[in-house]
Amino acid sequence: MSVVEVNGLSKIYDGGLEALKSVSLRIEKGEILALLGPNGAGKTTLISALCGISSPTSGTAQVGGYDIATQYRKARCLIGLVPQEVALEPFERVINTVRFSRGLFGKARDDALIERILRQLSLWDKRHSRINALSGGMKRRVLIAKALCHEPRVLFLDEPTAGVDVELRRDMWQIVRGLKADGVTIILTTHYIEEAEAIADRVGIINKGELLLVEEKNALMARMGRKTLRIDLQAPVSAVPTTLVGYDLELSPDGTSLSYHYDTSGNGTGITRLLQALAQEGLGLRDIQTTQSSLEEIFVSLVAEGTG
Amino acid sequence: MNFQAVKAIYIYEMKRFFRTLMESLLSPVISTSLYFVVFGAAIGSRIDQVEGVAYGAFIVPGLIMLSVMTQSISNASFAIYFPKFIGTIFELLSAPVNAFEIVLGYVGAAATKSFVIGVIILITARFFVEIHIQHPLAMLAFLTLTCLSFSLFGFIIGIWARDFQQLQLIPLLIITPMVFLGGSFYSISMLPPAWQSISLFNPVVYLISGFRWSFFGTADVAIGLSLLAILGFTALCLSLIWLIFKTGYRIKS
Ligand SMILES: Nc1ncnc2c1ncn2[C@@H]1O[C@H](COP(=O)(O)OP(=O)(O)OP(=O)(O)O)[C@@H](O)[C@H]1O
Ligand SMILES: [Mg+2]
Repeated sequence: MSVVEVNGLSKIYDGGLEALKSVSLRIEKGEILALLGPNGAGKTTLISALCGISSPTSGTAQVGGYDIATQYRKARCLIGLVPQEVALEPFERVINTVRFSRGLFGKARDDALIERILRQLSLWDKRHSRINALSGGMKRRVLIAKALCHEPRVLFLDEPTAGVDVELRRDMWQIVRGLKADGVTIILTTHYIEEAEAIADRVGIINKGELLLVEEKNALMARMGRKTLRIDLQAPVSAVPTTLVGYDLELSPDGTSLSYHYDTSGNGTGITRLLQALAQEGLGLRDIQTTQSSLEEIFVSLVAEGTG
Repeated sequence: MNFQAVKAIYIYEMKRFFRTLMESLLSPVISTSLYFVVFGAAIGSRIDQVEGVAYGAFIVPGLIMLSVMTQSISNASFAIYFPKFIGTIFELLSAPVNAFEIVLGYVGAAATKSFVIGVIILITARFFVEIHIQHPLAMLAFLTLTCLSFSLFGFIIGIWARDFQQLQLIPLLIITPMVFLGGSFYSISMLPPAWQSISLFNPVVYLISGFRWSFFGTADVAIGLSLLAILGFTALCLSLIWLIFKTGYRIKS
């Protein structure tokens, strides 16, 4: 049985905006699912509905086999949430707010556990600091500590690494992997493709309230892993030389550069052969550069696919 | 029942109270003393006795009620408005708690604070006048019920308010006048007959009258009516809160 089951979940906000359009989704125990989607896609809306922050307009969902509406107590005990917006009481001290969260979720005080979590997040030295004396990244860590302190089995991370430095990002990934090893299921949203690449098992793409696809990361990465090699020529050419036609090159309108698309997931990229062929043609190279198709482009192509 | 959650909210809120202990206690003590100076000394020198009670002592129950009512409302409304304002309400909404537990935690803490303030005022008053409480148990019951019902009412205002202006609006426009016109500093019987009848529509009159009865054994209205008024008000607030959580009014989108 899946640990999270979403069946036809829809959300229409008061203004009439349809932020979720009958989303159905299954998430297996212990997996890491990355939800990707442009701003306003509905990622936060989906998470809020599952966590009880907003009520879905229609549809149902279960967490750990418990219905989020009728058995909300049991369902929510299993859920930890790190929200997108940093919301913390400014004058409270770190340790108090973390203890508060644990109590709120019905768990008895456990100082050893809280110490472990705070140390893991490098917050232990700051435990007696007031929240408003912390930096933005540290506040985000406090939010994570609050979400973890009641030992959730399903963790929602809504853009946990937005505005976070490289080090904390790596720490975060480490923590996420550790939680996964303990059998915790993790759903995270992100705008960084390398983040999804680094930690996710599956990737879901959501746009305009619709879940376009949920796919194994490796399969998706293969599709996303298209790269382009741009070759600037020393002298412009009027057409792609006939010996190079097999490479499917694109000539720029002014004839000064060639673009070659290749796949990093394949066995060979064909770059070596192409460069040799160029040399044989006697074409002098001025510069070469490679670009990876960005998440934005992938969205565009997927959305175009989805609607077209 | 998630007792841990109730305890967590209660302790968290009480900690806020203790963090600002000086401000929390100093202002009621100072304002009470001022009332004594102004009303007790200035007016008391002209009014000798009200219903056989020295004027200085006569105003004590009204003074306590005045502070307890306004403090309950401001404490409870702020306690729930603040998380809404800064966004930390998400945690309450996502926690395995029901409306009853949330209310118990927040309103319990707010009521405790105003109870403490009420007692402090009583102690302060004893420095100025001699007070003998005829019905201590009834006094405690009235005090507790007032703290509770006005904290409930404050909680409702806190949920209803969309900004800080609205948060102040009802206390300022409705509660303060009602309390001042509710016989805090005078007996209703001192008013002209027409105003006496109008006063009977002010629910605060019943609360202050009942509370004063527990001190001196004299009342403007029958003690049973006072009890009914406070119980009715508590019930009204409870049903409003029940409705708010049932519909998610101004908490959930
Ligand atoms: N409380 C609300 N009332 C009305 N509309 C809302 C509300 N919250 C979100 N929306 C709208 O719903 C849509 C989805 O928003 P949501 O926050 O779920 O997007 P998101 O995928 O999380 O975006 P981002 O990547 O920017 O965080 C947006 O068009 C947004 O404007
Ligand atoms: Mg979002």
